[in-house]
Amino acid sequence: MLTTTVYPYILNERSVFISLEDVMTHTDDAVAPEQEHFDALIADDSRIEPRDWMPEAYRKTLTRQISQHAHSEIIGMQPEANWITRAPSLKRKSILMAKVQDEAGHGLYLYSSAETLGTPRPVLNDQLLTGRAKYSSIFNYPARTWADMGAIGWLVDGAAICNQVPLCRASYGPYGRAMVRICKEESFHQRQGWEILYELSHGTDAQKKMAQDAVDRFYGPALQMFGPPDADSPNSQQSMAWNIKRFSNDELRQRFVDMIVPQAEALGLTLPDPDLVWNEERQHYDYGELDWDEFMSVIKGRGPCSVQRMKRRREAHENGAWVREAAAAYAERQAARAAEAANHEDHETETAPSSQRPAAQLIGA
Amino acid sequence: MSTFASQESATKISAGESISSESIAESGATASEDVAQYAMRLGDDALILSQRLGWWIARAPELEEDIALSNIALDLIGHARFLLTYAGTAWNKSEDDLAYFRPEEEFRSCRLVEQENGDFGQTIARQLIFSMYQYELYKALAESSDPTLAAIADKAVKEVEYHVDHASQWILRLGLGTEESRRRIAAGLEYMWPYVEELFTDDELIDRLDGVAVRPSSLEEAAMRGIRSVLAEAELEVPEVAQARLTSEVRDGSYSEHRGYILAEMQSLARQHPGATW
Ligand SMILES: [Fe+2]
Ligand SMILES: [Fe+2]
Repeated sequence: MLTTTVYPYILNERSVFISLEDVMTHTDDAVAPEQEHFDALIADDSRIEPRDWMPEAYRKTLTRQISQHAHSEIIGMQPEANWITRAPSLKRKSILMAKVQDEAGHGLYLYSSAETLGTPRPVLNDQLLTGRAKYSSIFNYPARTWADMGAIGWLVDGAAICNQVPLCRASYGPYGRAMVRICKEESFHQRQGWEILYELSHGTDAQKKMAQDAVDRFYGPALQMFGPPDADSPNSQQSMAWNIKRFSNDELRQRFVDMIVPQAEALGLTLPDPDLVWNEERQHYDYGELDWDEFMSVIKGRGPCSVQRMKRRREAHENGAWVREAAAAYAERQAARAAEAANHEDHETETAPSSQRPAAQLIGA
Repeated sequence: MSTFASQESATKISAGESISSESIAESGATASEDVAQYAMRLGDDALILSQRLGWWIARAPELEEDIALSNIALDLIGHARFLLTYAGTAWNKSEDDLAYFRPEEEFRSCRLVEQENGDFGQTIARQLIFSMYQYELYKALAESSDPTLAAIADKAVKEVEYHVDHASQWILRLGLGTEESRRRIAAGLEYMWPYVEELFTDDELIDRLDGVAVRPSSLEEAAMRGIRSVLAEAELEVPEVAQARLTSEVRDGSYSEHRGYILAEMQSLARQHPGATW
């Protein structure tokens, strides 16, 4: 498993659960018994593991989903990192840093689990940097005020939890297991976000205003984190058939709304949706139509911070190139030295004076 | 033999117990004016360096390094919270009063931690020098006759041991890696080097706190030995650049131009809402 929570640093070793060869020998040549075995595992609601045969489409779907999730964790560090140097108390600064660090850890778990499907992390990273891969559109919104740290924790991490708890049972083993770890931390994050808003909404008038403004801006985009309405989400059916997805976008969104309404009441803040009412018959909250045109335009790269987020990620990558190259060169040098030393040792053993050789060898000779 | 006479803990805090800034505030331990001034120096160093390192989060060369640098920044802000909380007991002020509402000239950080991040090499150069110094400092302070300082140092020294290792590992990689990395880390070391001497400079406050504070000059030999040995292993030269002279007393009125900018950013929100809680 990954050592993100362990202190010793991973300087240049990639954490791959299994070798790529292991994976690649099992692709493509789908023969009936293998497909049957896969289908049986799915029907049985069992786990698919990296060494198992799997249909190419399953592998692709998962690789896309897991890597997009990883990219979201990484890009998602930026809006919150924006407030680390300005956090208004040392305690909050410390909690915020730990949170952003957790998100980096989530990114690492997820890249590792995507790698078990056969695509190495540098390739996935390249897909992000070249704009071929997507990430959650919510991170393309600006985090302008401290209250946004509250709204992001409460609503964005909150939506992430609703989305991810069912993914703990995803049919692909490494993904499900990564999700279990991640969900534990996300629930801390949600709680911390809620606490930030609680302090603000029980603080000065300016703080209350700041809190309400943040909730006003993040409510809609947070609800859109579950993806388009079911009617417009054609890929969902297949993912559900494969036991990757367990609930539809709208079902998860409903769960989220039902969860946050009482939480907002406890905060004393208003959710910016005039159509939000309890429906006695459905035993759920009804909520208003979301702005899907805006959603689509943000997905297409027209988010308020889309360009900025990508630029920053590319800059970090480019500015770090010389450091990664140095680490790789050093690793090579150390390996060469170790090989040399081993050679040298062999050589010494061979030429050691015969009197120092073990007696058994002398007898054998 | 320890440098300090051991003394029975007069407070609820003792070495090895897990401490928090809350537990320090509640312990009833009250720092004298001198002890508070001393704790503030140490706390300010940790706070300013944490603030500097915080900038790297989401900008590091590798995800693993985002995590590593934020770990170090988190450790440091932890130390800062303990030390500033303890310092504040002398004046009935909280850690946040001291961090957010003290003007620039009342901070007591050394110039090294205030220096700009620059590239990764420059940041690592600062990390090597400061971590080696801080490790020796906390190791000695763990034997302080002041039980609160001793407890803080005892906890912190274990963390700083990793900071030293992190910086050393990178110095080796950058020094022995590529032409470019070698050039950059050498430049980083040169940039930071003028502020080394200040770390080991004594003053009257230290004289007055015999047995409580660690004499900075007493750390020089061990810390510099550590730094030189890492540089030698990385086949890097010890920079030959002049030391930047102090403009006033050490840690009192002698600070860099950077400090004002660091604080302007760090304090901006808190100062817009005086009296607010967060
Ligand atoms: Fe996360
Ligand atoms: Fe999170």
